Amino acid sequence: MTLAATAAHSAHSAYSVLAAQPANPAHSGFLSPTGIEIAFVLVGIATLGAALVTVTTKQLVHAALWLVVALGGLAVEYLLLTAEFIAWVQVLIYVGSVVVLLLFGLMLTKAPIGRSPDADSGNRWAALAVAAASAGALVWVVVDAFRTTWIGLDGPAQGSTEVTGSFLFRHWVLPFEALSVLLLAALVGAIVLSRKRGKEQS
Amino acid sequence: MNDALDVALRLVIVFAVFMVLPLVVGQTEHKVMAHMQGRLGPMYAGGFHGWAQLVADGVKFAQKEDIVPAEADRRIFQLAPAVALLPYLLVLVAVPIGPGEGAVGQVVDAGIFFVLAVMGVGVLGSLMAGWASANKFSLLGGLRTAAQLLAYELPMLLAAASVAMAAGTVSLPGILDAFEWWWLPWQIVGALVFFVAGLAELQRPPFDMPVADSEIIFGAYTEYTGLRFALFLLAEYAGIVVLCALTTVLFLGGWHGPFGADGLGWVWTLLKVAVLAFVVIWLRVSYPRLREDQLQKLAWTTLIPLALAQIALTGIVKVAIN
Repeated sequence: MTLAATAAHSAHSAYSVLAAQPANPAHSGFLSPTGIEIAFVLVGIATLGAALVTVTTKQLVHAALWLVVALGGLAVEYLLLTAEFIAWVQVLIYVGSVVVLLLFGLMLTKAPIGRSPDADSGNRWAALAVAAASAGALVWVVVDAFRTTWIGLDGPAQGSTEVTGSFLFRHWVLPFEALSVLLLAALVGAIVLSRKRGKEQS
Repeated sequence: MNDALDVALRLVIVFAVFMVLPLVVGQTEHKVMAHMQGRLGPMYAGGFHGWAQLVADGVKFAQKEDIVPAEADRRIFQLAPAVALLPYLLVLVAVPIGPGEGAVGQVVDAGIFFVLAVMGVGVLGSLMAGWASANKFSLLGGLRTAAQLLAYELPMLLAAASVAMAAGTVSLPGILDAFEWWWLPWQIVGALVFFVAGLAELQRPPFDMPVADSEIIFGAYTEYTGLRFALFLLAEYAGIVVLCALTTVLFLGGWHGPFGADGLGWVWTLLKVAVLAFVVIWLRVSYPRLREDQLQKLAWTTLIPLALAQIALTGIVKVAIN
């Protein structure tokens, strides 16, 4: 069993603790979807479209703004899955900070209005292959982990802040701490890089 | 009451508040600034002490020609005012003005994250305007806006996190339910950090470097005329209302008051918001604009350490109480 599958199975077992109640009895399967499922698919298609435009458009700033649409669509998907906390954190971190940083960079380099003819890369086929491979791996892991687990979307929210918090700090403390060490390393690295440049100039 | 009717009524009320309060703040700013500078301010429009000045301004803006510069990116240029204004309307939906579920547009479970996330989106409007105008002053204004937002978002979040720790919840009505009067001295540093960082995020003086008129004309909004310009101005005043309301709810106890919190809770909320709005105007009249490096220094070397100290204090007191 690979590492990914192990992680997926532990995710599944941990998840079963969370969703201990039986599958929603009112659910009738794939062929008669509920309103929320239809909305989920539609928002998913819009998000995918925005993501495709992001990587194919020739206008740099438009790409960043389409990224806002794609990330916002992802937040809506989280909301539809009743993971409210994750949804707002998604908006706060990605739309509010990461995209602002991107736009800051684009403005600093004075991104032109209109098409940039060189806004393309010879690596696009390699990029496509990597993207497809990682998408495939993610889909496989998620499908393998959850298989036939149904989430009852009509009941009380299962992704409320309280549930997410206790879940994160009971079952996932170690990965959480490891991630913060990673972020700390990035922070220290950034400081070291900017210091070095300052010395060379002076 | 019918559910749909109930929701519609709440949204209409929130929308009415959204349209009226920013104008009240704007008119107050005209008069308060004038009197602080030994002037009278608007005296003619509407008759009594120029109360209709902003209505007249609105009519003027609506009559002006809507110009889009030839070199501009038309769609983004036209979309930017809406992106700047609408988030503040959304935030108001989640702000409770009285006790109970009847006094809030919509109870949001992760309220703090919702309001801060959506407020951050509003700044995208200024960035879009700054880039799409095809004007070097606008671009500089956009750059300064982005730099300012990145610096001040962090202290604001940390200060809000301190309150969430104290209350043990991130829902805005939940925080108000848990509020005790002694939170006021306990969280005072966090309140100052939150308010100052919020002012900076709204680009209000003394943090109005992105629209510094003596250097870059009017920053990201230089090329705007007519209604679109009015929408940006409205966004600024709606932002003041939202910031004052959030500070009231998070740090000043919202509808809690010395007496009458059950029936007159909303009066206490409005009173506290009004006092804070007055302070915002007062600061504009009394402080000179901070330079860009002073701006960044204030955020990274003063506000963030203060916010972290507040979080540590909150944690210690919280553990000691339990």
